[in-house]
Amino acid sequence: MRNAASILKERKSRQRPETGPEAVIEVEDLVTHYGDRKILNGISLEVRKNEIMVIMGGSGSGKSTLLRHLMALEEKTSGSMRILDHDIDKISRKEFLDVRKKLGVAFQSGALFSSMTVGENIMLPLYEHTELDRMTMEIMARMKLEVVELSGFEDLMPSELSGGMVKRAAFARAIVMDPRVLFCDEPSAGLDPVVASALDDLILDMRDAMGMSIVVVTHELDSAFKIADRITILDRGDILMIGTVEEVLNAKNDRVQALLNRTPEEDTMDPDDYLNRLVGEENPGTAHL
Amino acid sequence: MAEQKPTASERVESVGKSTVGFVEAMGNGGIIIVESAYWLLFGVRERQAVRLSAIIQQMMEIGVNAIPIILMLTGTIGVMLAIQGIHTLRIFGAESRVTVGIAFSVVREFAPLITGILVAGRSGSALAARIGTMKINQEIDALKVMGINPTRFLVVPALVAMLVMVPALTLMGMFMGLFAAGLYVNADLGISLAAYFYDTLDILSLDDMWHGLGKSCIFAVLIAVIGVVNGAGVQGGAEGVGKATTRSVVQAISAIIITDMIFAFVATR
Repeated sequence: MRNAASILKERKSRQRPETGPEAVIEVEDLVTHYGDRKILNGISLEVRKNEIMVIMGGSGSGKSTLLRHLMALEEKTSGSMRILDHDIDKISRKEFLDVRKKLGVAFQSGALFSSMTVGENIMLPLYEHTELDRMTMEIMARMKLEVVELSGFEDLMPSELSGGMVKRAAFARAIVMDPRVLFCDEPSAGLDPVVASALDDLILDMRDAMGMSIVVVTHELDSAFKIADRITILDRGDILMIGTVEEVLNAKNDRVQALLNRTPEEDTMDPDDYLNRLVGEENPGTAHL
Repeated sequence: MAEQKPTASERVESVGKSTVGFVEAMGNGGIIIVESAYWLLFGVRERQAVRLSAIIQQMMEIGVNAIPIILMLTGTIGVMLAIQGIHTLRIFGAESRVTVGIAFSVVREFAPLITGILVAGRSGSALAARIGTMKINQEIDALKVMGINPTRFLVVPALVAMLVMVPALTLMGMFMGLFAAGLYVNADLGISLAAYFYDTLDILSLDDMWHGLGKSCIFAVLIAVIGVVNGAGVQGGAEGVGKATTRSVVQAISAIIITDMIFAFVATR
């Protein structure tokens, strides 16, 4: 890891907008299980307006599960969650749909629909949720492709794009409805450092230009320190700390330092859990959509 | 290392797991049917109407593209029935009555059965593979976060297209099977096509046609639901998709044949 001074100096070179006190996502005492195994153990956090919140942690720390909860994709065991001022346990289906329209997500794999062109992928939310005519939707899709620097790629199929381009196209689809919250799952995973850095810049640019809150799950330290306003560090289903980049870099906590210095932790996994994970019984998939 | 034989308790556990899995799959199938009916009927009210263009696209894939193979195989079955029928009835000197056997067999049994099996192999497996691939690529999650209900977007068009196209293909298969058998009967016994069809229409009632088409509607639902349940249950990447696809074909064909037997038993007694 680079030293803290150079990270903080680099961060100062870019002007960052103020993050308001208003929370767009509030999570209180979130507990979740996969079968008998507790994955998240009483998580409480908030994501503020206009903020980039990075969620970090080692493998199996629960960061991807937490992200899926924040996107309202998982059933929790207990706890409460408010998204855009709506308690998601108490809202009607129609209100829930309206909330969902204000969320955007760029998955790790891009999750572009392989049977559609890039342009059709980006237009899909507009096609499903608006009454706009096709020409207007095409113009909007081209505008979003321009934002992610993919102009002229709208007629290509996702399989014809490189890994970095797929992620950019996924960003374009995620922001086409001008969401208030954007979720990014491992945006720079599997990319070379130059492309990864360009994607980090894109995340910062999108926040600055569109004023949205962004939640990023990543294990890339450089990326996290570059984009984060605040960082949440998870460890085995618990929050180890939430703080600014400076606070995280200066943290005295051994486990935080171990994560920052990439010190391998002792293998504490129960052999039965490990075996179940290998045979895929740890988190049995649901056979419904 | 020699493989250990499972103990009695492990066998019981395995049977228990399979039973629970079967009941769960049946439950999921029921949920999919109810959800699909809901979105079809109330999608407009929920501001998520089922798109006609998606249904037409599925109808093209499931139905129109399957026409050549359906015609070829139902025609072959018709000729085969004619050959066997004439061969058997010749023993009693009654080969001219082969039309009766052909008409009932093609319209009530073989056209719906062959069509169902072919559609299960072509489109049921494709549906399972498509949904399975979308699941492991997180495309289903992407739909949910975009506020697009996956059942409405993926399942309803396929289910409606199956419900329209499987009976339509069955109807084509009935005519093709009867026509091909007629050609053989004409060549072997010298009965003219006109006389053959006159006999056939004389024997068949509308009930026989409904018997075949009714079955094909049930097959359509079975193929779609089994494809979706297997696709949605995919785990473990590309290998999981392959397993789900194979499982979906085997289950759909088994379900079709068992349902056919039950339907024949209930409707003929």
